[in-house]
Amino acid sequence: MRMVMAVAVMTFREAVRDRILYLLLAFALVMIAAARFLALLTVGSEVRIVADTGMAAIAFFGVLTAIFVGVSLITKEIEQRTAYTILARPMTRGTFVLGKYLGLLMTLWVNAGVMSLGFVLLLALRGDPILPVLPALWLTAMELAVVTALALFFSALATSSILGILFTLGLYVAGHLVWSFPLLAGRLGPGWGTRAVMAVYYVLPNLDRFNVRAAVIHGDPVPLEFIVLQTAYGLGWVILLLLAAALAFSRRDLT
Amino acid sequence: MRSSDEPVLTARSLCKTFRGHLSMGRTQVLRGLDLTVYPGEIYGFIGANGAGKTTTIKILAGLIHASAGEFRLLGYDGADPRSRRGLGFLPENPNFPGYLSGREFLDFQARLVGLDRDRRRRDVDRLLDEVGMAGRADTPLRKCSKGMMQRLGIAQALLGDPVLLILDEPMSGLDPAGRRDLRDLILAQPARGTTVFFSSHILSDAEVLCDRVGILREGRLALEGSLDTILGPGAAAWDVTATRAGGLAAGTGTTAISRQDDRVLFRVEGEAALANLLDRLRAAGAGLHSVTPRRLTLEERFLDLEEQGARERHEERAP
Ligand SMILES: Nc1ncnc2c1ncn2[C@@H]1O[C@H](COP(=O)(O)OP(=O)(O)OP(=O)(O)O)[C@@H](O)[C@H]1O
Ligand SMILES: [Mg+2]
Repeated sequence: MRMVMAVAVMTFREAVRDRILYLLLAFALVMIAAARFLALLTVGSEVRIVADTGMAAIAFFGVLTAIFVGVSLITKEIEQRTAYTILARPMTRGTFVLGKYLGLLMTLWVNAGVMSLGFVLLLALRGDPILPVLPALWLTAMELAVVTALALFFSALATSSILGILFTLGLYVAGHLVWSFPLLAGRLGPGWGTRAVMAVYYVLPNLDRFNVRAAVIHGDPVPLEFIVLQTAYGLGWVILLLLAAALAFSRRDLT
Repeated sequence: MRSSDEPVLTARSLCKTFRGHLSMGRTQVLRGLDLTVYPGEIYGFIGANGAGKTTTIKILAGLIHASAGEFRLLGYDGADPRSRRGLGFLPENPNFPGYLSGREFLDFQARLVGLDRDRRRRDVDRLLDEVGMAGRADTPLRKCSKGMMQRLGIAQALLGDPVLLILDEPMSGLDPAGRRDLRDLILAQPARGTTVFFSSHILSDAEVLCDRVGILREGRLALEGSLDTILGPGAAAWDVTATRAGGLAAGTGTTAISRQDDRVLFRVEGEAALANLLDRLRAAGAGLHSVTPRRLTLEERFLDLEEQGARERHEERAP
């Protein structure tokens, strides 16, 4: 555990010293603020646009960083040989993977936290209710946890960052479309096609279930049980993906 | 006496085959390598470029997996991370995160070793000083030269007082003073109870440092033993410089290597030939300038071995 924390803190530190992250953060905050002015220009429900754009920006920039930083996280340490002295310490490859994961997640959550704070502040200034958006923000954080684990899995598996980015992006998009698979299967009717579609449906993480922004904007309450369930669902995927990442990384030669 | 101690490092029939993409193009680097290193030894691991030294060392450090065979470090199976508990490791051409300073990097490594805060501060400062980096401890590593990285690499390997040091080309990139310091540092290890296993190309260094050397060729140890066994116990030849010896001819076992005016350098093989030459010098009234015993150097022995290997390969192809 000591080693996990040491690796995590170092990963966090590396990210904090990376200027790109600040650029993204600034950009996201500008986006959130711009929503305020966008709302002024649009007829109709001002509240919805501010809330929608804000929450979407937080999720979008979070996922973007998770994928791009996550995919190079392990690959880069191997290419630059910086992992050599770390992995020659008495630690398992799993320890390294977990440390890297927690470090990046810490970074992403702090980042998302800052954006959320800006967003909530904006809502407060306008006198909009804050409580309803909190479930959406929390579930975005959970989605980030899953996407980060996904990116790290590909980083542990593949030698090429570009391939990793493609796979992670692909699975991310697929994970958001998974809900439509049963509908698709219904259209296809019984047969191999349906079975294949349903197999994929059960194998992929259903990422769209982390997105409750539409409900929040329409004022539908998000039940607590749903939040707890989704949190557990996210944790399950994180554990699964990290185990797979550790396994893949254990077998890898550092060359 | 040594063989009764349990070895700190043993490898049995290590094989490593690298596969290219889609399993095409196989390179068989190690073909059944056996190694045994005893406590308190300084062991030099020698081989030509591409012989597989780094490959072997990476296997021992847990960075790559052997295709076959097994090894033990410090009483544990090599697959068990605990085998690396008393290990200090210096990779070939080490590289460390550029966003850290030397001090921060060593502190991080010390955390991995499990040193507490006080010990970290003390040991990091001491090691920075020992490798001559105390003055540049706070320079970001991305601005560090190759030799500075090498020094920090040595420092991190020494954190936590390791029992076994595995160093891949530790002299690489070091300036003359750095090399001298490192030689002293390596020589001081056995007294502290630390065993050193290092690879090197610089055979004169290996000759000064090692209790034993192993020469890696074609994936196996082609030759292993103490310097005495590899190079012969004493001098078998001498270089004799004589003055006022212009008229003196060479004899059996004696060759004149160079003549300058009446100053002659003889190479003498065997004690009888030496005695004979000295008698003749005295009889001729020549002056004796110097008699230097010539021992085969490790470099000569190594080059012999390589040439012999090349000849054998050539003969295999010829018929
Ligand atoms: N990842 C890899 N894939 C394929 N071949 C490799 C790989 N790594 C090393 N090799 C090959 O293995 C052989 C041994 O390499 P290694 O780095 O162990 O040599 P070395 O003895 O350390 O050489 P040097 O003295 O130059 O450092 C070389 O022929 C090299 O081409
Ligand atoms: Mg090498």
